[in-house]
Amino acid sequence: MATIEIDGKEYEVEAGKNLLHVALSLGLNLPYFCWHPALGSVGACRQCAVKQYKDKDDQHGRLVMACMTPVSDGMRITVEDPESKTFRATVIESLMTNHPHDCPICDEGGECHLQDMTVMSGHNYRDYRFKKRTFNNQYLGPHINHEMNRCITCYRCVRFYRDYAGGRDLDEYASKNHVYFGRFEDGVLESEFSGNLVEVCPTGVFTDKELKKHYTRKWDLQTAPSICVHCGVGCNIIPGERYGQLRRILNRYNSEVNGYFLCDRGRFGYEFVNSSERIREPKLSSDVASKSDAISQIVGWLKDGKGAIGIGSPRASLESNFALRELVGKDRFFNGLGVKENRLASLALKILREGPARSASLNDAEKADAVLVLGEDVTQTAPMLALKLRQSVRNVPMESLSQANIPQWHDGAVREFAQDSKGPFFIASVKATRLDDIATETYRLAPSDIARLGFAVAHHIDESAPAPSGLDQETEEAAKRIAEVLKNAKKPLVVSGTGSGESAVLEAAANVSRALCSSGVQAGISLNFPECNSLGVSMLEEKGLEEALEYVNANHPATVIVLEIDLYRRGALEEIDRLFEEVSQISCIDHLENRTTANASAILPCGTFAESDGTMVNSEGRVQAFYQVFVPPDPIQESWRWIRDLLLETGNAKAKSWNDLDDVLESLASEIPDLAPALDAVVSADFRIAGQKIPRQPHRYSGRTAMRANIDIHEPKPPQDPDSPLAFSMEGFHGKPPSGLASRFWAPGWNSVQSLNKFQEEVGGPMRGGDPGKRLLEPIPGEASPGQYYSSIPAAFSPEEGHLLIAHVHHIFGSDELSVHSPGIDELRPRPYVAIHPEDAKQCGLDEESEIDVPAGENSVTLKVTFENSLPRGVAGIPMGLPEFPEAVAMSGSFKVQQGVKQ
Amino acid sequence: MPSEKNMERPLTKNIDPDRGPLDLKGYVAAGGYEGARKALTSHQPGDVTELVKNSGLKGRGGAGFSTGMKWSFVPMGEDAPHPKYLVCNADEMEPGTFKDRLLLEGDPHSLIEGMIVAAYAIQADVAYIFLRWGYTHAAGLLRRAISEAEEAGYLGKNIFSSGYNLEMYLHISAGRYICGEETALLSSLEGKRANPRAKPPFPQVSGLFGKPTIVQNVETLCNVHHILNHGVDWYKNLSLTEEGGTKLYGVSGKVKNPGCWELPMGTPVREILEGHAGGMRDGLQFRGLLPGGASTDFLVEEHLDLAMDYATIGKAGSRMGTGTMIVMDDQTCPVGMALNLQQFFAQESCGWCTPCRDGLPHVVKILSAIENGEGRMEDLDKLSAMCKYMGPGNTFCALAPGAAEPLQSALKYFREDFENHIQGKKCPWRN
Repeated sequence: MATIEIDGKEYEVEAGKNLLHVALSLGLNLPYFCWHPALGSVGACRQCAVKQYKDKDDQHGRLVMACMTPVSDGMRITVEDPESKTFRATVIESLMTNHPHDCPICDEGGECHLQDMTVMSGHNYRDYRFKKRTFNNQYLGPHINHEMNRCITCYRCVRFYRDYAGGRDLDEYASKNHVYFGRFEDGVLESEFSGNLVEVCPTGVFTDKELKKHYTRKWDLQTAPSICVHCGVGCNIIPGERYGQLRRILNRYNSEVNGYFLCDRGRFGYEFVNSSERIREPKLSSDVASKSDAISQIVGWLKDGKGAIGIGSPRASLESNFALRELVGKDRFFNGLGVKENRLASLALKILREGPARSASLNDAEKADAVLVLGEDVTQTAPMLALKLRQSVRNVPMESLSQANIPQWHDGAVREFAQDSKGPFFIASVKATRLDDIATETYRLAPSDIARLGFAVAHHIDESAPAPSGLDQETEEAAKRIAEVLKNAKKPLVVSGTGSGESAVLEAAANVSRALCSSGVQAGISLNFPECNSLGVSMLEEKGLEEALEYVNANHPATVIVLEIDLYRRGALEEIDRLFEEVSQISCIDHLENRTTANASAILPCGTFAESDGTMVNSEGRVQAFYQVFVPPDPIQESWRWIRDLLLETGNAKAKSWNDLDDVLESLASEIPDLAPALDAVVSADFRIAGQKIPRQPHRYSGRTAMRANIDIHEPKPPQDPDSPLAFSMEGFHGKPPSGLASRFWAPGWNSVQSLNKFQEEVGGPMRGGDPGKRLLEPIPGEASPGQYYSSIPAAFSPEEGHLLIAHVHHIFGSDELSVHSPGIDELRPRPYVAIHPEDAKQCGLDEESEIDVPAGENSVTLKVTFENSLPRGVAGIPMGLPEFPEAVAMSGSFKVQQGVKQ
Repeated sequence: MPSEKNMERPLTKNIDPDRGPLDLKGYVAAGGYEGARKALTSHQPGDVTELVKNSGLKGRGGAGFSTGMKWSFVPMGEDAPHPKYLVCNADEMEPGTFKDRLLLEGDPHSLIEGMIVAAYAIQADVAYIFLRWGYTHAAGLLRRAISEAEEAGYLGKNIFSSGYNLEMYLHISAGRYICGEETALLSSLEGKRANPRAKPPFPQVSGLFGKPTIVQNVETLCNVHHILNHGVDWYKNLSLTEEGGTKLYGVSGKVKNPGCWELPMGTPVREILEGHAGGMRDGLQFRGLLPGGASTDFLVEEHLDLAMDYATIGKAGSRMGTGTMIVMDDQTCPVGMALNLQQFFAQESCGWCTPCRDGLPHVVKILSAIENGEGRMEDLDKLSAMCKYMGPGNTFCALAPGAAEPLQSALKYFREDFENHIQGKKCPWRN
């Protein structure tokens, strides 16, 4: 610790941190541009200048850049003296010589860091009377708008895009006051993290092009804390709504999960909420029905002697799933996961529950000092995890920073010192991944061989772990090298997931982490689940579609109630068809039309994540709450509320006490003790500060009376929210709410996302009062760990001529059900294909124009061939989850190559 | 005090513009590589550094920092990171400066010998010569000299059977002024944008490719082996002042005899200007000079009797810099000259930090306005404020503070010229 004096006041602070970090953490207002808490200091903008005095007697002092100055005991600083204030104002003046002052037509206006810092620095009048520099702008794809004239050359964009996120196609060009930030030529930004430029850029150079299509100022957005629904990571987000339309998504900082950034699937995948394919009315046999008719019809079926089953969903909340379980009874509730998917998910859950290794948060992943990725292409299935893993390779080189006396925050010096040296990072995957550039070694193997490599690594760490037999020399040597590195690491991490479709891969990952733990190493494990609540629904119910099919075949229930899920994405076409044939009535609760709802005799329109509250469990096993952003038009309501209405109609006693969502969660917690900690992840609906709710609308919300003036000059009564402590209003408590209820980041003088500083305990640290969310799964260390080594090691893959083994390929843009409804994401996603090694193609007489038939259950699909050099010989890559290609889920094993009929 | 006729000129003794540089044989015959031999065979690396420190040798690139002191910051011993690097800064880009060119073209082996000694002192494994893009003649000579030295075993493995190894490479710069800044030079040498780096960490600790590195100017290195060869006392006695050795002084501008001369350190300005450069051309009056390149403050008549060394010129409010002065006469417009210099600096800014990137173009626009008769009196206060704004410590590297030096001193010494421009709404030297 160090005692420092700032403008005559003493503070106790941590020595060695930079002064800007310390000053902001103390709540002081010091302007800055180039510094970013996740990117560190580089000293480029010179905006954070303060005056430092040598000692008590020094009257003159000298200007120093706060971001570049380490704090030491006895340090004496002034932020407020005229010289440093003049300097800071002059820096703004310099930046403004070329900035166009086009705030009224700039999308950043009203939440612009440059505006805030200009006001803070006090440069009010210009005396620059000359011409401004101008640039041409570029087309950067569907997501990002480019307006280079506004650039103040802070270098944050390239530092994020290149240094932090590993992108290659955005760079700085030219020099002097003509530095240009863009691509070599117009084109779609390649990085899947490009959306963060919107938040990283302190002004309006990179803005949200999707927002531009339905632009609204920050102060006119109604916002609420929410959770991303597009993969299993569970990034914390802030969606913003106006006029019943979701307008944009911003990052919501959580130091344990996503930190400062989001992936583009999460940021731009929200258009399904506004989709024309939304179900907006209850329907009975395709006809619009009243709410009460629909409910009494479904309850009629429920009361039929043959009973009902319920199929839950990995994209619905715990509460909605639980309510459905209550409606149909535990025995007749199924979790909605397909056959293979459910086996993988329950295996992964078992590994996390019983294993000795800690389920790693994203923050843990970032801190790992040796990583082994087994079979999961996290760059496509859990992009934010991939971004954090990318940072982990910096940890080992940074250990020697003290040699050169370089503090970790001194980003420029750190990167020059470390150069290209990277910590150990091993990737075993079916094909090339977007983390390969940081990998120490990559192995391109068929899934069973990935598992075998993993088993061998475990064996080399701990001899009592079973070894695969007949391993080739090369793999054996690789396994030894990996084992050696992991064993000697302080925080090794094993990453895998359900993405490979191969349970042996998960078992191998479990063995490696167990072997490390039994060698006394504090290993972490990160197992990726595919969807936002896959882990939660697995914890709620282990029976999946397989059991549902068996049940239906045996018992022929009268109705199946399908909750927020398209079953055709979960199993072979014929399986799902058979399921539907066996039940007399299909009832769906969903928000989008899909193949399943097309079969439904009754449909109840439910709210999306943005129109509902609830809790979900991410891949780490962290239960997190999301809150309703806006009230959808009647009769759309939350899934759990539809089910409660059904329950009430059936006369269920418990449902009578379910007045709000808290009551549902309490029932859930008492019936399923494993999920009881979810109660701690939620702020209860009766929470008030000074007797007030937390408003979803900012105090500057301006459309208060004008919005509906053409309909009625009287203001409608704001909708009530019985389910949360948030209000659909601009009235309420405007101070800082508990961390989980932060609907937006704003502080006086800080209108941009940078105002987040004011919400953290320390800049870059946890949110004040602790990060929201609650971990459900903790490791069982050492001897107490009930599980043991998995020992069913698959045989080595041996390609057979003319045959190909199907391997799953995932796409950040395309594999997720909901985000493809966004036109920008739809534009960037691939169309169905089968990827083959060019040599295999040659052998089978195929070229890139060829089409081949790939079997899917009892059917087959004709797919266009694409060449993929990185695939192992004899393996075919099949893209999962593409909207026009649900059959992929039923494709597995090996098939004989047959040319399709050319269209 | 050595008299001028028989004074020793260690740096230029082998240079004869009429015959071209000595080849290896000639250089050895003239006593070459003896300093290097002595260093490697009879001194510990630390002793070499100590000798150089005691000699009072200061960096000749312009900053004037003690050379031996700089070397002493390099981590030594078994635990020291390797490879370590020695980089010769031969990117002579300072306007008005041509002294290193004389050495590079006149006696390339002297540079190589100095580099061997310096590299040995810091136990460098690899040495680079970072050469100005336009010095194509020197490039050819250096290439030949390096390969001669390699063949003779002065470079490579086990030099002078001392067990010491050194590789040496010539790197030709792509040609930017900022590459002369030692950390920007390192970025450029690594193949990156030639942006300067923050100090600390200094290159001695984390330099080229993140490893300990010494960057040293050509002229500095050419002194080193002579110190080893002849000793500290001899070296100190070459000088007229406290600062050791001789110095290459140059003069450009409208003087009778512009050129470059090796003279005792501390030779008075007047002696250089009027003695060696022959004074102003007929019909022209002296108005001022930039003592050590474009990025130093003007000196005027009252300063002519000062000794040209780092300390004395520093006390007079300027810097000796490279020691090659640019002379301004009374037919040259001071505003035009300031504008010309600021245009150069604005053009050469790497674009990294705000005061330099956006401050210099602002200054250029104001000066252009004044020069074109569109100036306002308040512009002068603005220019002064801008000079302070771009001052040392406020910017990321020394480029903008260097740019501010001629401007702030021009505003001080030639203020009435600026005022005449503004009041007369035109440049008095133009029609």
